[in-house]
Order: sequence, then structure tokens, then C-alpha cells
Amino acid sequence: MVGPNSTIVEGSSLRIVDVTKSFSNADNAESRTHALGGVSLSVAAGELVSLVGPSGCGKSTLLRLTAGLDSPDSGELWVGSEAITGPSAERGLVFQDPNLFPWLTVRRNIEAGLVARGVLREKRNEVDGFMRLVGLETFGAAYPHHLSGGMAQRVALARALINHPKVLLLDEPLGALDAFTRMRMQDEVLRLWEARGTTMLLVTHDIDEAIYMSDRIVLMTPRPGRIERTLTIDLPRPRQRNSTDFLRLRGEILGLLHFAGAQEALPA
Amino acid sequence: MNTALVQAKEPAQLAPTRETPALRGEVVVPAATAGLRVPTLASLPAATLIALAVHVAVSKNEPPVDTRSYTIFLGIVLGLSIVASLVQPAWAGLRRWMSHMWPILAAFVSLLCAWEVITSGFRLLPMPYFPGPASVLQNLVNDYAQLFKCTGYSLLLLGAGYALGVAVALITGICIGWFRHARYWGMPLLKVIGPIPATAWVPLAMVVSPDGRYSAIGLIALAVWFPVTMLTISGIANTRASYLDVARTLGAGEKYLILRVAIPAALPNIFIGLFMGLGTSFLTLIVAETVGVKYGLGWYIGWAQGWAEYGKVYAALVIMAAFFSTIMTLLFKVRDRVLVWQKGVIKW
Repeated sequence: MVGPNSTIVEGSSLRIVDVTKSFSNADNAESRTHALGGVSLSVAAGELVSLVGPSGCGKSTLLRLTAGLDSPDSGELWVGSEAITGPSAERGLVFQDPNLFPWLTVRRNIEAGLVARGVLREKRNEVDGFMRLVGLETFGAAYPHHLSGGMAQRVALARALINHPKVLLLDEPLGALDAFTRMRMQDEVLRLWEARGTTMLLVTHDIDEAIYMSDRIVLMTPRPGRIERTLTIDLPRPRQRNSTDFLRLRGEILGLLHFAGAQEALPA
Repeated sequence: MNTALVQAKEPAQLAPTRETPALRGEVVVPAATAGLRVPTLASLPAATLIALAVHVAVSKNEPPVDTRSYTIFLGIVLGLSIVASLVQPAWAGLRRWMSHMWPILAAFVSLLCAWEVITSGFRLLPMPYFPGPASVLQNLVNDYAQLFKCTGYSLLLLGAGYALGVAVALITGICIGWFRHARYWGMPLLKVIGPIPATAWVPLAMVVSPDGRYSAIGLIALAVWFPVTMLTISGIANTRASYLDVARTLGAGEKYLILRVAIPAALPNIFIGLFMGLGTSFLTLIVAETVGVKYGLGWYIGWAQGWAEYGKVYAALVIMAAFFSTIMTLLFKVRDRVLVWQKGVIKW
């Protein structure tokens, strides 16, 4: 399922097949924490899928595996017809902390991907376009610490998008922003997604955000991390945060996560 | 006569700040530069005038040939300070500079004055060992050619030793900080060799290189190498992992990760090492010069002491102070340039 206004699809499909991952504990080398226990997921080209679940359910681990920053204990990950073996400019990653390089100006941060791939000379003319795309064309010479949280995150998005990634991985990218900035940035990310047709995998704690943005929501449960349920969100876009359907979905998901009411004991 | 001049111009330009006589006598650096306070404005001319009066009184019974330079020096300072006072109402840049610098310059001149009172004036200190400022300045003037040559020579040794030490330290530091194998083999060596003060190698250095210049350069390089290497390692090793993760997902190879992520991230630490290395390099330079070389400021001090010419010893110390602090200032300027992105992140 692709955004209604898409003109191009830069994205690739993503296939995760029965992936497991465990980490050895720092204090005891014998015991291991099972972060992921057999996760399979297919994402179509240009689809926006959210991963939702409590802490420790392996959402971020799954994202790092997809980025190629870690490798799975078993299972396979594929982008299009290529197996993921390591990090690549084809899979951009945006963290909750924008992680801009503080020693580079906004413009040089956005250019970083081009420099890293050694294509700055050919692609320099694209930089202005990306700065405009995220509305920072007048901030090129500023250093990151002069930016607000929302602006910094927009730079991080532009920096990831300049490589035209086939998959964009978003690890709670808006989690640190205040509620109003967050809602504005959700629209911003959706606009980028619709303009580029990039496949997006979004980790979020915010159920409203997941319903507002996603084609599909994947609910995960912890210890070991597994996919509990997948929900297709077929509300028309642009979505209304206060429509009856939206609120019904919200209630349904909260119920599935056992947060619907006081009768359930909250997990510690 | 000079007093009259100083007092005559005060009311003319300080009318706006007339309500601050209570502050007279305090050293205050005003934040605003609209007008200078009376104490600030008067501080340098007054201090110089007092120093000049003391000097004239003290040197009455000394041969004028030994004291003329100091008289001229104080006269020039006084003249310039008066000219500056007269010009500053029309020159905002000069006024800003004056409001910042004059109290400290006045304190400096007062110190010279106190020094003269203690030495040449009341002769409180044993004489040949503690000459007054006039004698030191005279020695500086008389022996400037020799001092100039020695300063140039020291600069050459210091520059060569420091550059060599830093170059090697950056390579070893980056390798040990980044590569696991380099760390395994390099770190123990560094921990054992590094803490030995470079000057302890003097006997060995004299055997290895009979030419004192090369052994001095080697010792300075060794002295610089350890702190710069240590701080480079810690800077590289403390690079935030998420910067490296981000760079990897942007398509960065190892070369980019080292040159464009780890090294910039380590630069604040590297500069701390560079400053520490500079301090130890000064020390090592002077020690090395007193043992094996035939020119240089350290050698000059030993030589002058041999002839009991303590005026020359102090003259060399004055040159050394100016020389070393200039180099320090230059390094600060380089740091401000390179680490300009830190402005606003840290207390600058």
C-alpha cells in the first residue's frame, strides 16, 4: 500500500525471515537476554509500517538488524533481492537523538552522506533541494547546537534522505519533541514519505502517532521479542486524529497491549 | 607638569560619569564602553608617572648610562597613555581596548615600580643576584643581538621537536585509539615508557646523538609525544558510538569513520594534549639547552650565570616569558579556530 499522492517510489520491499537475536548479559556471561525470538515481517515497497510495543520487546534491535549495524543469531533479512550483510547508504537510520555531528554546520551535516560515499562533487546540487525540503534553507551555516529539537531532527531526516535510501528506519525519531512539534513533524515525515515513496519502518511508543502515520501497525511483546499482531490501518489520508474510527482503533490497540483499563495490573 | 596635564583633561571628557567618585581607587572593568571611568582612565598614566618619579629618585646616584633605557621606556609608556587618553573619546575601538587592558597594564607598571623600590631603592635583596628593572632592561638592550640569536635558536629547536612529537603522537594515538591490535601491543609500551620524564633520557640522548641539537629535538619530541598520544587515544576511544552508527548508515567506510568522525570528535581532547605537551616541551627545551647545545635561551642563562651577570639572566627570563606566552597564545588562537563549533556547547 502506497501513499495516495506518491509520484515516485524510491523504496524497496523489506523481508525479515524468522530472525532471532540475543545478547550476553554484562554481569553474567552465561546468561543471555533474548531480544528477538523468531520474528518474520514483510514490508512492501513504499509502505509505512510502525513497530509498537513496551520497552524490551526488541523493536530497536529489529531496526538495528535491518540497518545492518548488528547481525542476527539466525534468520535472514532482505531488501528487495539483496541480503542485508552490513550497514549501507540504502538503509537510512534516524534516532530519537538527532545525532548531528556537532563539528559540522547544518549544510555539511546534510552533505555527510554524499561525502561518505565520495559523490559530493556530482550530487552537490541536490543539497539545496533537501535543505528546502525540510525548510532549513537559511540555516546552512548554523552549527547544530543553535537548532531547536524539531529543527535538528529535520536536519537528521534530510541527512538520511540525501542518499535516496530504499528503506528509512526511524527509531522513535519524534519521541523527544514536545507534543505540538511532534504533531507538526508527523505531517512533515508523511510529506517526505509521500514525495519520495521511501519504505519506512517506524519504531514508536506513541499509539496515536502509529495510527496517524502507518499503513500497518505491528504490535510486539517482550521477552523474547515477538510479533503479537499486525493491524492494517485503512483510514483515508490525511487522517483525522479525532475521528470515531481513529478513536476506535486506539481503544482496540490499547486493549491488545493490556493498557485499556484499570482492571489490568501494569507490568513493572 | 605631567600631573597637571593628566588632571586638566579629566573633567573635560569624564563629565558624564561624574557621579562615580565613590568608585575612585577601585579597579573596575566597566561592561559598557560609552565612557571610561575616572579610575580606569587615570590608572595607567598615574602608575607610570609614579614609577617614573620613583625611578628618577632611586637612580640619582647611579651612572645614567645604566638607567637611561628604563627612563625612556617609562617616558614612552607615559606619552602613549596620554595620547591614548586624548584620542579615545573619538575612537570607540581604542576605548574598548583601554577599558579592558588599562587596569592590568597599570598593575604591571606598579609591579615594576615595586621591584625597583625593593632592589635598587632600599637594597632589601642581596645585590648582584637581584638587579632592578632598569639594569635588566639595560642588559636586554645592550645584548639584544645575542639574545635575538638565542631566541631564534630556541624557537628552531622547540618548533622542530614539538612538530615531530605531535606528528608521531597523532599517528600512534589514532592507531591505538582505533585499532584493537594496536591497542593491545601499544598500550603497555605507552604506559611503561610514557611516564618517564623526557629529561631523564638526557644521558642516553647525549650518547645516541653527539650533536646536541638533534638530541634536544628528540627529547622535546618525546616530552610532547606522551601527553598528546594519551589524550588522542582517550578522545578517539570516547567517540560516541551513535555518531559512528549514523555515519555507517550514511555509507561511510573506515577511512571516513576515522578521519571525519573519530578525529573531529577527539579534537577537544587532542587540544588538551597539545597544551600539556607545550608545557612539557618548554621545560625540556631549557633543560636540554643547558646540557648539550651552544646557543639558545637555556644555554644563555647558564652562560650569564657563569659570569655572574644576573642582569642578563633576568633579561633572558623576560624574553622567555614573552616567547613562551606568545606561543601559548598562538595555540589558543588555533584552538578557537578549529573548535569554533564548541562555542555555546561548553563554557567557552
